[in-house]
Amino acid sequence: MTAAAASRDIAGPITHAADLADRYDVVVVGAGPAGLSAAVEASGRLAASGGSVLLLDENPSPGGQIYRAVTRRPRRPDDCLGADYWAGLPLADAFAASPAAYAPGATVWGVEPCGAGEGGAGKGHEPPLVGVSLGGAARRIAAGAVILASGAMERPMPVPGWTLPGVMTAGAAQIALKSADAVPAGRIVLAGCGPLLYLLAWQLLRAGAEIAAILDTADPGQRLAALRALPDFLRSPYVAKGLSLLAQVRRRVPVHGGIESLAIEGDGRAEHVLYRQRGRAGNIAAASIDADCVLLHQGVIPSTHLAAAAGCRIEWNAVQRAFQPATDDVGRSSVAGILVAGDGAGIGGAPHAAVAGRIAALAALADLGRLADADCRRALESLRRERARWRRGRAFLDRLYQPAAAFRAPRDPATIVCRCEEVTAGTLRKTVALGVPGPNQLKTFLRCGMGPCQGRLCAQTVTEIMAEERGVDPSAIGTYRLRSPVKPLRLSELAALPVPPDAVSAVTGEPPAKGPSESPADAR
Amino acid sequence: MFRRLHEPAEPVRFTFDGRPLTAAAGDTVAAALLAAGVREVRRSVVGGEPRAPYCLMGVCFDCLVTIDGVQNRQSCLTEVREGMEVRSQQGRRRLEGAE
Amino acid sequence: MTKPAATADMATAGAAAAAAAAAAAAGDRPAPLRGDWDVAVVGGGLVGASIALGLCRSGLRPLVLDGEDLDLRASRANFALVWVQGKGVGAPHYALWSKASAEGWPQLAALLRETTGIDVSLNQRGAFSFALSQGELDRYRDEMERVAAETAGAAAPYEVLSHNELRDRLPAVGPEVVGAIYSPADGHVNSLRLLRALHAALPALGAGYRAHHRVERIEPLHAGFRLFGPWGDLVVPRVVIAAGTGAEALAPMVGLRVPLTRSKGQVLVTEKCEPFFDYASATIRQTDEGGVMIGDSEETGTDSIAARADISAVLAQRAIRVFPRLADVNVVRSWAGFRVKTLDGLPVYEQSARHPGAFAVACHSGVTLAAAHALTVAPQIAAGALAPDLAVFASRRFDVPPSA
Ligand SMILES: Cc1cc2nc3c(=O)[nH]c(=O)nc-3n(C[C@H](O)[C@H](O)[C@H](O)COP(=O)(O)OP(=O)(O)OC[C@H]3O[C@@H](n4cnc5c(N)ncnc54)[C@H](O)[C@@H]3O)c2cc1C
Ligand code: FES
Repeated sequence: MTAAAASRDIAGPITHAADLADRYDVVVVGAGPAGLSAAVEASGRLAASGGSVLLLDENPSPGGQIYRAVTRRPRRPDDCLGADYWAGLPLADAFAASPAAYAPGATVWGVEPCGAGEGGAGKGHEPPLVGVSLGGAARRIAAGAVILASGAMERPMPVPGWTLPGVMTAGAAQIALKSADAVPAGRIVLAGCGPLLYLLAWQLLRAGAEIAAILDTADPGQRLAALRALPDFLRSPYVAKGLSLLAQVRRRVPVHGGIESLAIEGDGRAEHVLYRQRGRAGNIAAASIDADCVLLHQGVIPSTHLAAAAGCRIEWNAVQRAFQPATDDVGRSSVAGILVAGDGAGIGGAPHAAVAGRIAALAALADLGRLADADCRRALESLRRERARWRRGRAFLDRLYQPAAAFRAPRDPATIVCRCEEVTAGTLRKTVALGVPGPNQLKTFLRCGMGPCQGRLCAQTVTEIMAEERGVDPSAIGTYRLRSPVKPLRLSELAALPVPPDAVSAVTGEPPAKGPSESPADAR
Repeated sequence: MFRRLHEPAEPVRFTFDGRPLTAAAGDTVAAALLAAGVREVRRSVVGGEPRAPYCLMGVCFDCLVTIDGVQNRQSCLTEVREGMEVRSQQGRRRLEGAE
Repeated sequence: MTKPAATADMATAGAAAAAAAAAAAAGDRPAPLRGDWDVAVVGGGLVGASIALGLCRSGLRPLVLDGEDLDLRASRANFALVWVQGKGVGAPHYALWSKASAEGWPQLAALLRETTGIDVSLNQRGAFSFALSQGELDRYRDEMERVAAETAGAAAPYEVLSHNELRDRLPAVGPEVVGAIYSPADGHVNSLRLLRALHAALPALGAGYRAHHRVERIEPLHAGFRLFGPWGDLVVPRVVIAAGTGAEALAPMVGLRVPLTRSKGQVLVTEKCEPFFDYASATIRQTDEGGVMIGDSEETGTDSIAARADISAVLAQRAIRVFPRLADVNVVRSWAGFRVKTLDGLPVYEQSARHPGAFAVACHSGVTLAAAHALTVAPQIAAGALAPDLAVFASRRFDVPPSA
């Protein structure tokens, strides 16, 4: 048994930074399907040779977003979540039985590529360093390889009033249901598009919630674009389940399609939703519906903050209309020693992520010389086949549910785009007109993306707005450059990190050895 | 505002702005607040507008509250504990001891 | 070690993206540049934009040619100080030049407010240099004394404060601060808003601005200059090279020289806090929005733009020692930037002797000197000659080894 495994058997999950080892062969970030399966695969294969695997996750229990709280939720016969949710339990159990070390409640605030300390990314031969805050203290942990499995977040859906209490993402309502067994009280309005919106509706209905309406914002123009991918979809594992679910929801909830604009209003909280709907004849009708809770959703996009801050190349995925880290077929990013698996590398769904996690684990071990090439090749072959199955039909869904332009780049100038700094679409558009070279200059001009969420809720919209204003593709606009810490970190935690002499003299200007002293004013 | 489907098996007591509330063991603070009927947890830093948890998955930072005296904690990532004192926030961080 | 990805996965279509980028490059760019500009300013950072602002005020129509979104931009990385204290040790002309610019700053701030409605939050209540050891305090005092002596007393006034004297003025400082220098001449602005205000002022005053117009070559003509880049070329009567770290390569093409040295700085910024420190300091300042900036470091041997966590740790340690109440505050961002630093740290202002009409303006302290650039240097460029008192900033000073 490995040292890490032994300590875990005795101590259970690691809850304080001081209890982490200095180095692990593989560090996995994220305990969703990709991260759990990567940790299981890597720790299983390393068990014989005494290798170590650490899984870090910011949530209190494993499962990620999809299998949120799956190990803690009591399983009742009438459970509303459905079989896809409970599919996470065997995976979480496999992880619990694995020798991998587990640190829940751990915030990873940065991954520094090899040699970042010594004159440049990727040049040195030291391992990547993972910056983590756990139990109130920060550490930098060395890793042979880092597998980022930080998953996806919901694509921001900036509409007037989306900052009001009572407005949440559909994903948030689903998390409340999974983890706290709670549903919104009163009248619920779901607005947006995509399969997840309907899945949530189905789950809420089964839980006995009152859904007043679904306002579907899907772009009818996308149907044609999706058609080409239809045959592939029809052979996919999604088709049967998806259609029956849709039918069940439509039977029980009024679904209004062709929604062209939305605005949420109320005095200090959501009270009603105003919307404009395009009818069959092309006529536009305005209407309003009362709501106690409005749930927004228009698909998911990769969470790229850690990868981007680690210096991984980020590229635009035109089909999914989102930025993602560039990865090769097994998940290697552009930075040595850093791999990305699951939805964080491009949206593929949970079963796909679980396979991708295993593939990345194998690649990481092979790169570390901890897995024979032949073994790796053999294992990869069947995993690739399995992955192909889960990729089937994806293109159809991606195209069909590409959100409409009006919801990607809000037209109403008063709509808040950056929730933290409260920067509006109108201000953004006006400033873009000054000719700014890109989103990073725009960010510094307006503080858009400089709040605590560090642009997570506005980056996508900013790129979309700029692309629309300039009449170019988002790939030509780019997105925010990020640096660690990607999550807020207490100054005292940062201050307690070990500091080598060269770091001290870089600040004091006093050379570690004797030499000409430099005035701090010279640096100003 | 949320309602629970089942009575919590293991109730946990905590307070919000001094008001005693009940949560279920294992809840995050944000979920516990919503389930206890709390609508607004803070006023925004720039515009002083009411805000509440929005994403429940750690990305939006709209769920920031003061927990046991520590300001700006993401309540959707923090597990609720017996006796926890949770407070709403008004705008920017206050510096302890600032005149 | 692992191999980095060679190819992209999934349907990301590198080729499609490249094609789109090319199409964008065509669609995004304004129509071919016509040559009806009086002067081209190469570089749209604080220096280029300040110069262009001043050129407009002198009645010229400048065109600012700027680079890409992720170019090295000291203008987006700086610490926002309008700083005089301790500057110009061994170079009294620089001490006085910085002081004069600081004195001109209220005029620049007013000008920007009138032109754009943007308030850059100039605060010139003075600043402290906090010493965390007696050695540091002695060093700061020596520098101040030298500058005072070398300028024959014309330098900005200052006080040397003991720990107790400092505590009387700033009760929040920690016990480890042994003392400080205070000077009323220093201050700070909101430098990101400054860059935005300059960019908003340019079109309002008749200047042109083009991003994605990196200048790669400048060819002196019989009369004027031809500027080349991936975007095409342009003939202008005059050119000002204000391209930050890019100036080093461009200057020799017109018989000028801007020798730079590598200097990387790293800064931390916290979440917004209620106001607690209404002065500036060289290492800690609170912005008007509430965030606390903590800086900065200097590394001379690296090309990597990545911020180092261990250097951030040293910055954090020192900040807490100065203001212990910052310990619980969250850092929300860090960044690193490369200074536009000449071999001796002083600015370069020069007109080419071989190709008159070509100017170089390069400096490290582009915030502090923004007023001097807009209000003093630009009018001289517009008039066709730099004033004799700027001759000390010409590049021939680098011909004589300073320590010889
Ligand atoms: C960490 C740090 C702290 C600092 N603190 C302070 C401070 O407190 N106070 C102070 O006064 N100063 C400070 N500074 C310095 C100040 O930021 C700089 O002096 C100022 O920004 C320099 O402006 P610039 O325009 O020369 O360069 P930059 O801001 O770097 O701008 C150069 C511009 O030129 C463009 N460019 C480059 N090459 C080309 C080309 N070939 N063609 C077209 N365009 C080109 C780039 O795109 C860029 O926009 C600090 C700097 C750093 C790094
Ligand atoms: S609710 Fe979004 S970060 Fe907590």
